[in-house]
Amino acid sequence: MSYFGNRVQRREDPALLTGHGRFIADHQPPGTVHAAFTRSPLAHARIRSVDLSAARAVPGVLAVYTHDDLPGLPKGARLPLHVPNAAITKPHTQAPLADGEVCFAGEAVAVVVAENSYVAEDAAALVAVEYDDLPPVSDIESALNGGHPSHADDADNVAAQLTVGYGDVDTAFAEAAHVVQATLKPHRGGGHAMECRGVLAQPDADGHNLTVRSGTQAPHLVKRSIMDVLGLSGDQVRVIAPPDVGGGFGPKAIVYPEDIIVPALARALGRPVKWIEDRREHFLCTTQERDQIWTVEMALNGDGTLRGLRGTMAHDSGAYLPWGVIMPYISATTTPGPYVLPAYQLHVTCVLTNTVPTTPVRGAGRPQAVFAIERLLDQAADQIGLDRADIRRRNLIPADQMPYEVGLTYRDGSPVIYDSGDYPATLEAGLERAEYTSFAERQRAGRAEGRLLGIGMAFYVEGTGLGPFEGAAVRVQQDGRIVVQTSAAPQGQSHQTVLAQLAADQLGVDIDQVSVVTGDTATMPIGIGTFASRIAVNAGSSVHVAAREVRQKIVDLAAAVLEVDAKDVELADGEVQVAGVPGSGRTFGELARIAQGMPGFSMPGGTAPGLMADSYFSPKRSTYAHGFHVAEIEIDPETGAVDIIHYVVVHDCGKVINPMVVDGQVQGGLAHGVGNALLEVMRYDTSAQPTTTTFADYLLPEAADVPVADVVHLESPTDLNPLGIKGAGEGGTIPAAAAVIAAIENAVAETGVRINHHPVTPAEIHHILHTAAPAEVSA
Amino acid sequence: MNVNGTAVTGYDAGARLLDVIREHLGLRGTKEGCGVGECGSCTVLLDGEPVCSCLVLAGQAEGREVTTVEGLASCPAGARLREQLVDHQALQCGYCIPGVMVSATAHLSRTEEVTEESVRTAISGNLCRCTGYTKLVSAVLTAASDTGAHS
Amino acid sequence: MKPPPFHYHDPRTVEDTLHLLSELDDAKVIAGGQSLMPMLNMRLAQPGHLVDINRVDGLAGIGWYEPEQVVRIGAATRQRTIEKDPDLARRYPLLPEAISHIGHFQTRNRGTVGGSLAHLDASAELVAVASAAEATLYAASTRAVRAIPMADFPRGHLTTDLTSDELLVAIDVPLWPDGHGYAFEEFARRHGDFALVAAAVLLELDTTHRSIRRCRVSLVGLGPAPIRLTKAEELLNGGVADDDALRSAAALARNLSAVGDDAAPAEYRLALAETLVRRGLRRALRRATQPTTPEVN
Repeated sequence: MSYFGNRVQRREDPALLTGHGRFIADHQPPGTVHAAFTRSPLAHARIRSVDLSAARAVPGVLAVYTHDDLPGLPKGARLPLHVPNAAITKPHTQAPLADGEVCFAGEAVAVVVAENSYVAEDAAALVAVEYDDLPPVSDIESALNGGHPSHADDADNVAAQLTVGYGDVDTAFAEAAHVVQATLKPHRGGGHAMECRGVLAQPDADGHNLTVRSGTQAPHLVKRSIMDVLGLSGDQVRVIAPPDVGGGFGPKAIVYPEDIIVPALARALGRPVKWIEDRREHFLCTTQERDQIWTVEMALNGDGTLRGLRGTMAHDSGAYLPWGVIMPYISATTTPGPYVLPAYQLHVTCVLTNTVPTTPVRGAGRPQAVFAIERLLDQAADQIGLDRADIRRRNLIPADQMPYEVGLTYRDGSPVIYDSGDYPATLEAGLERAEYTSFAERQRAGRAEGRLLGIGMAFYVEGTGLGPFEGAAVRVQQDGRIVVQTSAAPQGQSHQTVLAQLAADQLGVDIDQVSVVTGDTATMPIGIGTFASRIAVNAGSSVHVAAREVRQKIVDLAAAVLEVDAKDVELADGEVQVAGVPGSGRTFGELARIAQGMPGFSMPGGTAPGLMADSYFSPKRSTYAHGFHVAEIEIDPETGAVDIIHYVVVHDCGKVINPMVVDGQVQGGLAHGVGNALLEVMRYDTSAQPTTTTFADYLLPEAADVPVADVVHLESPTDLNPLGIKGAGEGGTIPAAAAVIAAIENAVAETGVRINHHPVTPAEIHHILHTAAPAEVSA
Repeated sequence: MNVNGTAVTGYDAGARLLDVIREHLGLRGTKEGCGVGECGSCTVLLDGEPVCSCLVLAGQAEGREVTTVEGLASCPAGARLREQLVDHQALQCGYCIPGVMVSATAHLSRTEEVTEESVRTAISGNLCRCTGYTKLVSAVLTAASDTGAHS
Repeated sequence: MKPPPFHYHDPRTVEDTLHLLSELDDAKVIAGGQSLMPMLNMRLAQPGHLVDINRVDGLAGIGWYEPEQVVRIGAATRQRTIEKDPDLARRYPLLPEAISHIGHFQTRNRGTVGGSLAHLDASAELVAVASAAEATLYAASTRAVRAIPMADFPRGHLTTDLTSDELLVAIDVPLWPDGHGYAFEEFARRHGDFALVAAAVLLELDTTHRSIRRCRVSLVGLGPAPIRLTKAEELLNGGVADDDALRSAAALARNLSAVGDDAAPAEYRLALAETLVRRGLRRALRRATQPTTPEVN
């Protein structure tokens, strides 16, 4: 029997359920001291002076530092730009501690180390900083039109400009029978993993080497950045992502000031130093995503088939751009989606504002692009007089055109080629499950009772399994147990289970015989990170390939030891025997001992030492998952409250390693998308002060707010990796806001109002129903 | 105070109960998610009732019984719940789970008629960003039917 | 997210508590801590002294005073205690119904009646109930014990009539006849959130069950203090209890003024007020017409 494709129970759960998970804050080596940061209360200012004396005088305080005096931190140090791009004209990244100017509220200005975290916080509050105010830039509009730079030495706020597209858009629009235009404003939110960030750095006895634990999605990136900024050698730094990280969702995939400062402190003080972010800091300092303004138009033929799409998009990078232009680039290349779009051109402007930097959050630029094209399609359907399902039917890429080359270059430099998928079948499956054809009747019946029902839909295609690689090493130990080491670090995606399934299948052992070691730069020297729905494809394929190679080594060694031909050897339950000869076998453990070698003796039959292999599977290009969401909602016309009464998800991520894991990703992703559609507002006032900095003000979906995803699974395998799989981490989120907002717009269709932003609050819906003129409502 | 049945002394009455549990006692199962009582990750039982331990001063727990997720190990409702949470594969990152375990166990032990709505209400003070709650709710409902509490 | 340093006091008697409050500068009373602890953890409040009243004798409990026809609730009584109390469920069901909307189980297991009133959040459920109920609050100090009518208690945003040396010790809630109508209606973004707007309704029919003898309607969420919708009460008192009357009364909520914010503009809050008052009046009337035994959960 195979573990692949089966509902294998998670091996992570027993420890987590009894409180024995190992999260970053749960690590506390003897002698640990605690860091706390003094952060700028202003969004934009010059630092005139910093007085550390009161903080240093607090009993229990060991050290207080600024940019100018932290040992080991070079003057002028900046965090690395992870993905440089020629389009970037202002490659601003953050100083690990502010270097003269602060550019968002929450930027770290000083750091305190104390015997315990209470004292550290007390002292951090006593660091006296004098600021000279600089004019703050709070959003995209004021960045482009306000006349103030968000960095004092800049002339303007444009950090990068790029144009993405193909085909002849001018002719498409000149010849179009219909043109629809819209300005769309998807809103930023936070990742808000339930566990905030944290860093623990331990110097070794002679203070030369450092072991750093960081609650990160990308331990290798953290290591490289520590080396770069602090000028350390690779053998001096080991970075481990704890085996349990309490959610990632993107923001933990960059390197933060604390990832650099805490190791520097540990070296300076010769003691383990720990910093655990609190939720207020998470609101102030951890990256967010999604503020964009799209001004776009769509050209169509008389029958509703697409001719072209063009326009501009402004992307809020926040105060710095650690990920460069990755996110707006993903947005721009996601727009065509599942449709045959003959011509496309989008001018993208990345602007700097005095707000928390933006980096990918679950969906990573795609939800905005899906929002743009799907909202335009609904508008076009209404203008032409087509049903919203029909306009999609007329434009979906037919299954027989797969693989389909869109005409764009993806973020990894490869052409965007949709490798597999039957989009029309996906659409029909979703409409059927949603009982779409009878919805009009439900809506009429509801109206008669004073109930406002609406239905909305959105389709997405998502590039997943992004390269270049994620490594894995598989080894049989002398006790017969299998160890899988991978550079990938988990944050709830079930690596311990899924990767073990793949190894167990190749080696024919019980899954309990397999241990998985994740996210440690000492076991795997290179690695990329757990983001972009890439780990199953990259690390999973590496485990598969490496385990297959180990299997071959087992067979070869057994053949040599048993003195038979390799084709006569068979593997079962951790043993190798001569086919048809019971009792002839050797256990994996026995073979592993032989493969470890004996002093002076040659390896049997010239076999290679060690029952081990590693693999760095490197996909040729991204593989494209897709899906379709249909939301049916009811609005309480008196309060504007939205109740999602049926939510259908058609999900196709190719072959599935563990359906329970995929179900969980879809349902959880949907919850995030529903939050974006209805609840989550990260608000900054006109002075760029964040005003939603607790979970009382920033509303995450609770148990009663999330609909049950009614999931239809389809499988269109890819041939871009040996497992036929695609990424599954973000599809639940990507089209959700577009589908829910479309459903709301449908429910209030009688008003003629188009809703082109999210989230939409009950107050806005109430306003639309009772007072709004039939026109576009924007945030 | 008694924590999981063991008498505890020598803590700072002005510290948060959460910090006494985690730092003073080294019981690391109880988590901090927000520090202002909005996320429920730090939920423990105080005299049998769920409370946010970030909003309780240690001095306020003096003379009282505190039960953390570690203390649910020996509780039958806790055992059934764990089994169902595994069966339903209800967890992802697991950070919110100790708090959910505490809230849900309290709900199972005090509620005669457990319904989907009652479960969603019982864990409404426990935020989870990973799972979308669906499988958590199903697992609690199934655990309730095992106890005969499911209507 | 850790409280700042403070001196912690743990008095056992009201007398000791009052002495502490009169002697200490910069002291704050902590009861359930559901409002104060977040402010301490965020360091928005940094009192020099915390006076914990959780162990003070005689501050928690529910007492029935039949000659005076009041129920007296100790200030340190937990909200969850009231939610579960079978006598209150029978004789003053508005209170448990309102409390079921407060926060989550974790909140109500700690939060106290006095704490909620003394914090005076602009949309707190218990503030709405105390207003509709015409409760009397008792504030004690080393100087005296004084009775404060709820109408005189609010003094501004998060500000009450209590002086710094006073302790809220109890509230008296006048009883309504058995079988009276009641309803607590609120609209919040999520379960357990503070209401955007909430309405508390008490209603008594005359013996014919056709007319309203008297009713009380209070709203929170429109401004810093609760608002009694006296115009609606006047319209309904003594009148025929039909739906037209309830609708007309509720519509008067639109004439109030409200303070709006980003999440809910004033106009929207007033629209919610009308809706919630109408729904509350209807439900209260239904309950007065067909009394049933409320469930305790």
